[in-house]
Amino acid sequence: MRIARALPELLGPVALIAAAGLLGTAVSVSTGAYFTNALVNVAIVVGLYLFVGNSGVLSFGHISFVAVGAWTAGVLSVPASDKPAIMPNLAHFLRDRTVGNVSSLALAALVGCVCAFVVALPLMRLSGLAAGIATFGVLEITHNLLRYEERIGPGLNSFSSVPETTGLRQAALGAIVTVVVAFAYGRSRFGRLLRATREDPAAARAVGISVYRQRLIAFTLSGAVAGLAGGLYVHLLPLTTESVYLDLTFITLAMLVVGGATSLWGAVVGALAISALDSYLAIAENGTSLFGWNIDLPAGTRVIVVGAVMALLLILRPSGLTGGREFRLASLGVRRRTP
Amino acid sequence: MTLGFLSVTFWQTLADGLALGSIYALMAVGIGLVFGVLRLVNFAYGQLVMAGAFALALASQWNWPVWAGIALCFAAVLVLTLLMDRLVFRPLRGRSPAVMLVATFAVAFLLQNIALLWFGPLGKIAVSLSSLNRPVTISGVDIRKFAIVAVAVTIVCLLLLNVLLERTSIGLHMRAASMDFDTARLLGVRANRVIELAVLLSGMFAAVVAVMLTIQSPLVTPDFALDDTIVVLAGVVLGGMNRPIPATLGGFSIGFASGVLGGALPTNQSEYLPSFLFAAVILVLLVRPGGLFARKSAAERV
Repeated sequence: MRIARALPELLGPVALIAAAGLLGTAVSVSTGAYFTNALVNVAIVVGLYLFVGNSGVLSFGHISFVAVGAWTAGVLSVPASDKPAIMPNLAHFLRDRTVGNVSSLALAALVGCVCAFVVALPLMRLSGLAAGIATFGVLEITHNLLRYEERIGPGLNSFSSVPETTGLRQAALGAIVTVVVAFAYGRSRFGRLLRATREDPAAARAVGISVYRQRLIAFTLSGAVAGLAGGLYVHLLPLTTESVYLDLTFITLAMLVVGGATSLWGAVVGALAISALDSYLAIAENGTSLFGWNIDLPAGTRVIVVGAVMALLLILRPSGLTGGREFRLASLGVRRRTP
Repeated sequence: MTLGFLSVTFWQTLADGLALGSIYALMAVGIGLVFGVLRLVNFAYGQLVMAGAFALALASQWNWPVWAGIALCFAAVLVLTLLMDRLVFRPLRGRSPAVMLVATFAVAFLLQNIALLWFGPLGKIAVSLSSLNRPVTISGVDIRKFAIVAVAVTIVCLLLLNVLLERTSIGLHMRAASMDFDTARLLGVRANRVIELAVLLSGMFAAVVAVMLTIQSPLVTPDFALDDTIVVLAGVVLGGMNRPIPATLGGFSIGFASGVLGGALPTNQSEYLPSFLFAAVILVLLVRPGGLFARKSAAERV
């Protein structure tokens, strides 16, 4: 019964993702690529939401797990014949093994999960600014290691010749998987306990909740989701260490906060809204028309407009587009009387 | 290195560490002053420094005299700081720390991309003060003049700030506001004046840092001072964000550590310098979450 009442909360995000996927098939292939990218962003932001939204602790480190997932899936799915050319210093056990698309994604999630668990064991003792800076440190260390460690990846080069299997269908399915995982976690006992610690840490402790253990569980699970998202990402386009670093950290956090950090609905809406704006401006830089107006923006305006819009939204609507509330059918007009 | 502990390289590395530590200490003060009154971590601080550095580069391109270039740098940074306060910090006052931090992220991103559009990815060169990079020889050891200047400038700036905070009434107001803003307002401290002063001071420090960093590395690119800001933020939290002296010490120590490590590590390991640095930061935070120089009695928050 409880689950049945909560199902609309899942319905909204899934419907939105499906709609984006279907819309992507209706447009040209080059425009469809923007939709695929947006759906991968949804997966990353949902992973971020799972920890940040439920715990209320900012993490700058989640892109490390995206990077780790991308590296896992990427290294393992480059065809064996291409490996010596782009990754000459690769460790032997990685050089001799190649796996398929689905297994590479599963392994990406697994490695993301394990890394997040190892990182969380010490780090979840921290909170506030100390936690923020420590997770930032994790991002710096991951970036630094992946950039120079050529035994586990391409180092400074890009991940060329990874099979580009992330099309619209795989991206949409991946995003839906992450949303379902985040939903199930949020409705579970653990999700509720963690949100209790977010709302009032002292009261939560007083009733016997271990803040450390709840944060540890959420961080580990969100690491798995981020790893999966990284796997999807590396199958979409040839990544370098720079594509999974500060810019992505910043833009995904902004998507989460712009959408409304405390709800799954907010994470999905924020990711799709900012991606839509960003993609539209990217197309407009190449010249397009809207309602008969010819729009041809100078190159580089895209990032400036996106930055300005995000700053404006944060100032004008700090609780996010959704106000941090979950999707409800009631908001579509089916009003229910409040008791 | 056969001469051992007190070799020539040792002293040069030490001087470089002190110079970088001093610059980072100034950045830490700039970030800490605003945090004190607004509880806002200004991630866009590095972009203020970047703007000042571009002002210096433009001045040297137009062949302006050095003093005019420095004046332009101060003017540009201060105008930008005040604009940032009016347009971003003020509407955000009292919001949750996450929203404020992400908003300053957005501002940083915005400013960096404006610089990218305006000046291009290759950047410009500021040559006006590069004569300070020449060494002076002190008992057989070559030390860059810049290291001495950086330490001296930092000491003077910090002493002036100390006089302002300890000996004037507005300084007293500022200290009161950073202890407890609401109570300070009830006692008649004017919030806007205190905040504006803190923001202005933080801008002045950014301008000083811009001048010094361009001497150290004259090539000014849109991501100028970005990495430094991240390291300084780590240092400030490491020292203890809530009080100015620990924050400054934190900034100094991380700059000193990074300067010394950069000189001392063998070349095949120096590319892993950020890893060593941030691993150390994480370790210290785990042992002393409230900051390295925080009072022991400070209550631990959940």
